[in-house]
Amino acid sequence: MKVKKAIESVMNVLFALCGLFSVAAVALITGYMIVAGIPAIREIGLVNFLFGTEWASTAADPKFGILPFILTSIWGTLGAVVIGVPIGLLTAVFLSKIAPPRVAAVVRPAVDLLAGIPSVVYGLIGMMVLVPAVMDIFNLKSGTCLFAAILVLAVMILPSIVSVSETALNAVPREYEEASLALGATQIETVFRVSIPAAKSGIAAGVVLGVGRAIGEAMAVMMVAGNVANMPGLFKSVRFLTTAVASEMSYASGLQKQALFSIALVLFCFIMIINSILNFVLKKGDKA
Amino acid sequence: MISVCSENPYNGIVPNNKKQKEILEGITMKKALSALIAGAMILSMTACGATSSSTANTSSAAETSSSAAASTEATGTVSGSVTTGGSTSVEKVILSLSEAFMQENPDVDITYDPTGSGAGITGASDGTLDIGLSSRNLKEDETGLVATTFALDGIAIIVNNENTVEDLTLEQIKGLATGEITNWSEVGGPDQPVVLVGREAGSGTRDGFESIVGVEDACVYEQELTSTGAVIAAVAANPNAFGYASLSAVDDTVKAVTVGGVEATEATVQDGTYAIQRPFVFVTKEGEELSDAAQAFIDYATSDAVNEIIANAGAVPVA
Repeated sequence: MKVKKAIESVMNVLFALCGLFSVAAVALITGYMIVAGIPAIREIGLVNFLFGTEWASTAADPKFGILPFILTSIWGTLGAVVIGVPIGLLTAVFLSKIAPPRVAAVVRPAVDLLAGIPSVVYGLIGMMVLVPAVMDIFNLKSGTCLFAAILVLAVMILPSIVSVSETALNAVPREYEEASLALGATQIETVFRVSIPAAKSGIAAGVVLGVGRAIGEAMAVMMVAGNVANMPGLFKSVRFLTTAVASEMSYASGLQKQALFSIALVLFCFIMIINSILNFVLKKGDKA
Repeated sequence: MISVCSENPYNGIVPNNKKQKEILEGITMKKALSALIAGAMILSMTACGATSSSTANTSSAAETSSSAAASTEATGTVSGSVTTGGSTSVEKVILSLSEAFMQENPDVDITYDPTGSGAGITGASDGTLDIGLSSRNLKEDETGLVATTFALDGIAIIVNNENTVEDLTLEQIKGLATGEITNWSEVGGPDQPVVLVGREAGSGTRDGFESIVGVEDACVYEQELTSTGAVIAAVAANPNAFGYASLSAVDDTVKAVTVGGVEATEATVQDGTYAIQRPFVFVTKEGEELSDAAQAFIDYATSDAVNEIIANAGAVPVA
């Protein structure tokens, strides 16, 4: 008996330690981001840093304006959402309401598999297939552009949108739908007027998760976006917040390196905001 | 919505497979995580506020540590430590050389601090470095110093294999890079736009190309990639593209053009006829005796024995 009790308490401590480990990791990362990111912002000036339109980190007269990166990240994510959400939502509707079980049994694992593909593979295929295709179709001089990145991101955010939306749609009480059908609504009307509105907070959570993935993605976009610090344009070579950090880190020194940490801090803030939105959406969903 | 499903009294409407349940649980975990992050954020912010004065110090930590490394320099002849620093472009070569040297002389410790050619030359001249490293020759006003070339860096100008352009002058390359020449037909090629594919800011190859061609900070890039291999792949994939790459990395997936009629080869870099090249030099103080270890390293690095090491590091050995 005593031994059992001892094991219990030892295990309790072990669980607590494991729990603390992730808290410590988060605290460490947050603390480090702030400590490492603030100096360059101080030196450059917050306004110059956030709203400067020119980035020339190694020029004789260096410029550290990250507005192009911020806008690119926002536009890129927005574009991915515009393309990915309709496709993802309709896939979820299909899986949840329309598809015969056998078809769903093929589509669902395929979507899940999409989530498991490493981002470098997305980037590679984007680079080898998508970029030349974009170049041909739109008659561009170079296919590496924001548009190519948006397409890659749109595919990458599909799994989180589909899975979470499907779960939410499945959770809509069948009575709602049956009532709608009994009142003479068609299946499509029922889906769009009853099921989706009833599942909207779950769908929103899926979209926010997708946004989180899109804004934090570095490897895949680095391989298709061209990485030039231009102000964003659909067919221009652009650099995202993530790729701005990743591409220059290896040889950076001095203020350039510190500025990269500051970019990471800005990115970190973006992710924090998205996380709190997710929190808010879910809380609202709980109350509803 | 989530709570609807977890308390759902209706049979068959609850998450209908394990996977979905996992996803739902994942969301709740995420929720908990973000709460933790928020907590941690507040904690670290208050911590930051308390030590705001020390934050400023940390900012210069990198600099202090580097100068600290430099000041451990060995003025004595027996200590066996050699401090080098300077050009970032020479990094691969100098690290390969010092590694090989230290393997043969285990008592010697060679440090390298990548600070840029200018800082390397200054360091050699004010004595903070035993050996300054520079990827350019000394300027006329940099007197009292000796430059010893230990390797050469040849940069090839590469175009897509479909491109019919065979030869470019330095002037034409400058025009292509800065965007003054926007169509290949202007330099005798096909009627298609020009796309410059290059390396990221801070790369030694980029610095080398831009400084030799004279287009510092003036290049109009269409792609900035983080490795020589990626540049070559991008040029191979786009018929409009041209780029630059270390001579040793160029393969037959792309075409290296001749510059002013001279082909880019190891031989033409060594005899100085190929224009887009620069020397990697050791900078030491004139008339001042080096420590035994430093002198031994310079002798080693300029001997024929290291040609292979230099070539493997992507540079061209001195003939």
